[in-house]
Amino acid sequence: MTRRESQDGATLVPTHPAGADAPIVHEKAVMRSLKFPIVLDVFAVIALILAFALPRSGTSTFSLSTAKDLFQIPPIPVPTVATVIAVAILLVALAVLAHLYVARSASGRVPLWLTTVFALLFLFAFLAWASAGKTIPVPGLLVGSLALSTPLIFGALGGVISERVGVVNVAIEGQLLGGAFTGAVVGSITHSPWAGLIAAMVAGVLVAMLLAVFSIRYVVDQVIVGVVLNVLVTGLTSFFYSKVLAADQSLNHPVRFTKLPIPGLSEIPIIGPVFFQQTIIVYLMYVAVIAVWFGLFKTRWGLRLRSVGEHPTAADTVGINVNRTRFWNVSIAGAIAGIGGAYFTLDSVGTFSKEMTNGAGFIALAAVIFGRWDPIRATLAGLMFGFATNLQYQLASIGSPVPSEFLLMLPYVVTILAVAGFVGQVRGPAAANKPYIKS
Amino acid sequence: MSTENTIDGEIPAQGAAAEAAGIEPGQAPNVEPPPEPAGNRVIREIMSGNAVLSFLAIVLGLLVASVLIAITDPGVQAAAGYLFARPGDTFVAIGNAIGGAYYALFQGSIYNFQRPGFGSGIRPLTETLTFATPLIAAGLGVALAFRVGLFNIGGRGQIIIAAAVAGWISWSFPMPFFIHMLVATLGAIVGGAVWGGLVGLLKARTGAHEVIVTIMLNYVAFYLVAFLLRTQGALQANGSNNPVSPPADATAVYPNLTNLITALGGPPTSFRLHFGFILVILATIFVWYLLNRSSLGFRFRAVGENPNAARVAGINVKTVYILAMVLSGALVGLAGAAQVLGTTTTGFSSGVDAGIGFDAITVALLGRSKPWGVFFAGILFGALKAGGYLMQASQGIPIDIILVVQSVVVLFIAAPPLVRSVFRLPRPGGVRPARRTRRAAEAVAK
Repeated sequence: MTRRESQDGATLVPTHPAGADAPIVHEKAVMRSLKFPIVLDVFAVIALILAFALPRSGTSTFSLSTAKDLFQIPPIPVPTVATVIAVAILLVALAVLAHLYVARSASGRVPLWLTTVFALLFLFAFLAWASAGKTIPVPGLLVGSLALSTPLIFGALGGVISERVGVVNVAIEGQLLGGAFTGAVVGSITHSPWAGLIAAMVAGVLVAMLLAVFSIRYVVDQVIVGVVLNVLVTGLTSFFYSKVLAADQSLNHPVRFTKLPIPGLSEIPIIGPVFFQQTIIVYLMYVAVIAVWFGLFKTRWGLRLRSVGEHPTAADTVGINVNRTRFWNVSIAGAIAGIGGAYFTLDSVGTFSKEMTNGAGFIALAAVIFGRWDPIRATLAGLMFGFATNLQYQLASIGSPVPSEFLLMLPYVVTILAVAGFVGQVRGPAAANKPYIKS
Repeated sequence: MSTENTIDGEIPAQGAAAEAAGIEPGQAPNVEPPPEPAGNRVIREIMSGNAVLSFLAIVLGLLVASVLIAITDPGVQAAAGYLFARPGDTFVAIGNAIGGAYYALFQGSIYNFQRPGFGSGIRPLTETLTFATPLIAAGLGVALAFRVGLFNIGGRGQIIIAAAVAGWISWSFPMPFFIHMLVATLGAIVGGAVWGGLVGLLKARTGAHEVIVTIMLNYVAFYLVAFLLRTQGALQANGSNNPVSPPADATAVYPNLTNLITALGGPPTSFRLHFGFILVILATIFVWYLLNRSSLGFRFRAVGENPNAARVAGINVKTVYILAMVLSGALVGLAGAAQVLGTTTTGFSSGVDAGIGFDAITVALLGRSKPWGVFFAGILFGALKAGGYLMQASQGIPIDIILVVQSVVVLFIAAPPLVRSVFRLPRPGGVRPARRTRRAAEAVAK
């Protein structure tokens, strides 16, 4: 860090030139942190390495439609070496531009368009490099990404609500797993995916209520309750799986939701099959994302919820029952996360297996943080993490030299970078993880 | 620390903490004083319970497990089919199921009467201690961080990294016996310390919350080692197609009880209890000394009680955070060494942590973050694990039930008012009957 900076990387720049007798009207903190441009530098250097140190010859082909599609788009071939070199140079230029923005512009920030363009270009170069001589099926890549993202997004929405109301939700993993298990069992017994879905929501609510009771009424630390609940749900579901479901397979064959293509929309090239040939759970997710965003920021419910999470004393002063608000909203969050669990057993996988969520709850938590406790941003983070996971499968299947582990690591690494302040400013709800005790 | 632990006893402390944060002197007005880490409040709670509550929590945990065993037992289900005709049968079946389970648990963890002679009958107890060894080491690490007001949920990652370093040293650098063992152990400790210290460094430098960073680093470590384990020339065994490491070199492996008995001219035995247990006892003594007798430990505890007050008193809180996470990671790293050099010496996979990283949290909580408390909590959970395997093999009860017991115990331990209300216990130190206390607690909690 080159400048004199305070603890959080902010440089105080008087907006008024401080003359000998000029009164300083007010000070405005302008963030001139070099952290983010440095992140871009790192990615630009990676692109340069891919272009010059590890060049891969051949032609990369991006196929844009599958045989089933109504509108066929011809695949796009690009020469690998030339593309990667050209994009790498562009990326370097963008990184330099980012430095200029931080150093010179009034706001001292890197504009959003630059970040977006940079990310897309880097992704393009990386895909071109990784698929040299092969074909990348873009629709398959996107469909799989959405499938992997769906539980993450439900979990992240649950996490956003829970944390916004002031209860840290480390138990997303437990809620997903509980939802997956209950959805499978009830869906099998009743032969109705709807009953399974509702049961999964109930399971999510039960886990959330335990979290709420222990953290609100018994004032146990929320992180501890969350961690322990994950262990509890893992233990319970694994126990019943080994003892009951393994003995009676008919309890683990739920009826799955069928795909419901939306007429018209599902015929749109590329995005139609991705977004509009899905099951009801995925459509529910679209509704949930918008509903949570609208609810949090446009309704009285959301205002109360956020006030309890930011400043419970103030909320209490104006007559909001802090602990009751927390209890019921954490429960709602559990129901949403439970749907995400049901997605595993009633949609994507179809049967329950031990610890099948496999850390999805923690990726969802990462999406909450990376999305800065905002439902839309958290959804985008969930999509990004799902994409990274699916990219790894796709690259492995076309035999690319990229070690899959590094793509799987990506969500966790970017979250660490985010909380360390390298990617934007991360600040959670002020009263999260603080019990409210009325005095 | 007093035994006062109810919710109403909590209020003054909370208020005082808030006040302290509000009137922090010597701070620029535009810099917000950092809030009291949640861990500090937890420590107050954890430290102020008593042994009776721990015992009752364990009883409740076993009770929950008993219910699970009874309802999933085929004998009980068959007898329940004619419950109203012959209710006695159902109770006999329940008794058989639960009795059989706990007898197996005892035989698997303490003493097996079906084996001939003391030498093989006592083997389960040594198994208990073998399972307890990494649990205690990692539990000490988590407990140390708790005492400084930090949550180390990153035990998994630290164990994986430590195990990888220990294993790598053991098969890459030939050294004489004992020295090799010490060097490999030291490597594991350094590995864990680096992985833990990274968290402390990020927290001190950037304010990144250690809970999030440790959770994320668990997965980073997992995938990193998974990658190294399937890469020839890194950690993968030569010529192997599986993601498994080579076995640890014989000179680096901890000697076990069988080696000792053989060396002393005793009969052939099959004990797995290894030198790591002695290291863990030493580690417990070290942590006890560090926390209770050393000046560094005093600073640790001061920061754990109230970082704002500690800073005013001239303690460098950031340095303490870094040091605490380094030491915490180092202790967890010892657990990694115990796994690779002691328990599974035939080569490890990326699942080398075997859930110890998360178990360690429950061990630290049950042990109330005190070194000897952690020691005995580790032995208890070690016994559950050792007995759980026999229970699985002989009674068909999945080992996962141990997770249920552990988590229920910790939930109850963390919520003393709940245990008191279940058992209608009086409030500690109070003269009021239990019911009124509960009402008062409810009134406050609402």
